[in-house]
Amino acid sequence: MAAPSNTNTLPSGGVLTPMGYRSTRLPDPKMLMWIFLASDCMFFGSLIGTYLVYRGRSLTGPYPQDVFDIPLTTVSSFVLLMSSVLMVIALYYLRNNNIGRFRLATLGVCVFGSIFLGFQVFEFTHFVHLGLTPQQNLFGTTFFVLTGTHGVHVTVGVFWLLGILVSTYFRPMTAKDEAYFDVAALYWHFVDIVWIVIFTVVYLIEFV
Amino acid sequence: MAISRRPAAAGSNLPGLLNRPTGSGLLSWFTTIDHKRLGILYVLSGFFFLAVGTIESSLIRLQLIAPNMKLLSPDLYNQMFTAHGVTMVFLAIMPMGIGFANYLVPLQIGARDLAFPRLNAFGYWVYLFGGLLFLTSWFLGGAPDVGWFAYSPLTSLSNNPGHGTDFYMVALFIGGIGTLVTAMNIIVTIVNMRAPGMTFMRMPIFVWMVFVTMFLVIFAFPPLTIALFQVIMDRSFGTHFYDPAFGGLPILWQHLFWIFGHPEVYIIVLPAFGAISEIIPTFSRKPLFGYPVMVLSGIFIGFMGFAVWAHHMFTTGLGAIANTAFSLTTVIIGIPTGAKIFNWLATMVGGKIRFTTAMLFAIAFLITFTMGGVTGIMLALPPFTAQATDSYFVVAHFHYVMGGGALLAFFGGIYYWFPKVTGKMLSESLGKIIFFLVAGGLHLIFLPQHFAGLLGMPRRTQTYFAGYGLEIWNSLSTIGVFVAIIGALLFAFDFFRSLKNGKPAGNDPWDARTLEWSISSPPPVHDFDHTPISTGVDAFWLSKHPEFDHTDEAEREELKKLAAEIDDHGIHVPGQSWWPFISAAMMFVGGYAVIYHNWTLGVICLLMIVMSTFAWAFEGIGGKHVHPEGSH
Repeated sequence: MAAPSNTNTLPSGGVLTPMGYRSTRLPDPKMLMWIFLASDCMFFGSLIGTYLVYRGRSLTGPYPQDVFDIPLTTVSSFVLLMSSVLMVIALYYLRNNNIGRFRLATLGVCVFGSIFLGFQVFEFTHFVHLGLTPQQNLFGTTFFVLTGTHGVHVTVGVFWLLGILVSTYFRPMTAKDEAYFDVAALYWHFVDIVWIVIFTVVYLIEFV
Repeated sequence: MAISRRPAAAGSNLPGLLNRPTGSGLLSWFTTIDHKRLGILYVLSGFFFLAVGTIESSLIRLQLIAPNMKLLSPDLYNQMFTAHGVTMVFLAIMPMGIGFANYLVPLQIGARDLAFPRLNAFGYWVYLFGGLLFLTSWFLGGAPDVGWFAYSPLTSLSNNPGHGTDFYMVALFIGGIGTLVTAMNIIVTIVNMRAPGMTFMRMPIFVWMVFVTMFLVIFAFPPLTIALFQVIMDRSFGTHFYDPAFGGLPILWQHLFWIFGHPEVYIIVLPAFGAISEIIPTFSRKPLFGYPVMVLSGIFIGFMGFAVWAHHMFTTGLGAIANTAFSLTTVIIGIPTGAKIFNWLATMVGGKIRFTTAMLFAIAFLITFTMGGVTGIMLALPPFTAQATDSYFVVAHFHYVMGGGALLAFFGGIYYWFPKVTGKMLSESLGKIIFFLVAGGLHLIFLPQHFAGLLGMPRRTQTYFAGYGLEIWNSLSTIGVFVAIIGALLFAFDFFRSLKNGKPAGNDPWDARTLEWSISSPPPVHDFDHTPISTGVDAFWLSKHPEFDHTDEAEREELKKLAAEIDDHGIHVPGQSWWPFISAAMMFVGGYAVIYHNWTLGVICLLMIVMSTFAWAFEGIGGKHVHPEGSH
């Protein structure tokens, strides 16, 4: 997919790919993901905005300070952040054609993502035992929908990566598959960054 | 033409489920991923919903033809105006703009399809199924009766126990997904698939307006989708987003809805601006006046579109400072719009104007949209809104912008591009009659509503009393509906007649300026036999009149060389796929599962969607590789 040398001087700086001429060097799927992420910012922005507007407006308990366990959530956040590190390592091995280590690192990302989801399931059940349900008060409503939406994003990411992982056993990885893994990595990092925002705005802010 | 085929590299050894269909019969319309076919489907679906919305509005107008009519009960009247608004905004006019974009953007930038053809099919089917889901609410216990804006707490379960509101929420949620993915797809296409030489400032203005529109979509639809999701959660799972008893704020819905809702106005009208900006230069035989200003004002409108939402909420008590700020931003947005109007006028000045039907619609758009803009500036002033809010003056204003404005532009667009799409001409003589009936009818409907509104007639009210001076305005308005309907029926007649017996159009019946006119009508499956090049905004015009082409000779030669090199590689023509249709159909069924709380069905649909997604990702390489005759 390397650009023919004579395209460099063109006004639009395009490249010739197997799918035809492209006017920029950014591959289509990656650009689609960037645009999706821009849109996803608005999705999370609306949910976080709703959470902040309703913060402190619950009429009955439990309130955030009653249920949050910062050390526990710190551990799960750390696991999620480490999954991003593994993702970088997976990309490194993919680019260096080390398929064995690539599979291992990708599996690691999925496992870490699943551990994070396990923590979230534990946290949700724990909160319900403490009397905080989505129906209990505005805090419950906004908390569960916001963090639940994030959890769905992580779940989608895990299934996506597992799909790529399994497919590597059935067919050789092409340049196109590599491009798509790059896109999945972009998605995964974004979901991590959103969690940093949620962890700050939802959890930490209650204890400053 | 002879097409040499090279079998697809892989795919034949895949399990049957994952092989791509290759049929060409009626069934292939369900599996097609060709942007031209999907564009046609969008516009036809838009017309279908336009007819539905028109039936609803004629019933509303018949109810209001005289005081104290009893044609529609108050409850049915509520359902009627809600369904009318939703159908027209989400299912008729906006999809028409997207349909035009689907068909024309690749042709105007010299591409062979959108960047993601299957995603494009998915977007269409999701939109259609969302619309059909909404339509079926009429037969399943009644349409929603909460207005197209569905203000909270009207939508809470305790205030509205029927399923109508659920249909509104779920249908728009599903339809919104379709619009979002199509918008992302079109943005990638415009950035990445422009012909050699077509820099951003050489893109046809229609493409520019679509580009801005699609950015509006990706930023405006998420707040709506989240707000819809919150209400679905409230109604289905007992959460309290909009429940004042638990401290919820119904005004939050208004904010989220209008953060979407105002950009939505531009999502509808910017493609219309684009269509007008193609029609007027062609029929004035002049380049578009002030192209860079047109581009920048479109971008400016796009930005400002996100900064004016609270002018829909002047009377909710936001306070003097907020009202002043949003009043100012609203007035400011009139500046780029005004610049556009003057540029269109300046394009016509000194031109050799041909008054074809398309041009007549374009001129009618200018006049009508300006009138809607003037009442818009009036309504941008909070003291005036305090008087006119919730009256027919507001109804008249936004129908001048959306119905009279955008719809007239799209009619013009259809008269302009019908020859390209079908290879046949629509009747020009009948077209002028249709023009006067439709444009005249629209003004007859909505002009009197200004006066009824200023006299104090409230909107969304099932009837009115005699003796307040409202009778004459309402009767005139109702007569206007039937004038416009006669025009629309004549148009439908001419549409089908011309499909069969219309005059052959040839490649370039209007002596037009952009690349889509350089190919045959209708265009071949792979759109361009030879990769086109662009040396200016009006690339095709410049190739017809090289004396106006002032680009560097060396640059032109290099572009031609590159185009030849691209041609050497042949063309990849996208194939077909069942998965976009199947996953969209599963969302349709899943929508009913959510509405009727049938979670078993819901889980089945979810699993089917996951399965389709993987099947989609791993199905074989589709399409074929062609080398059109004459290329190297």
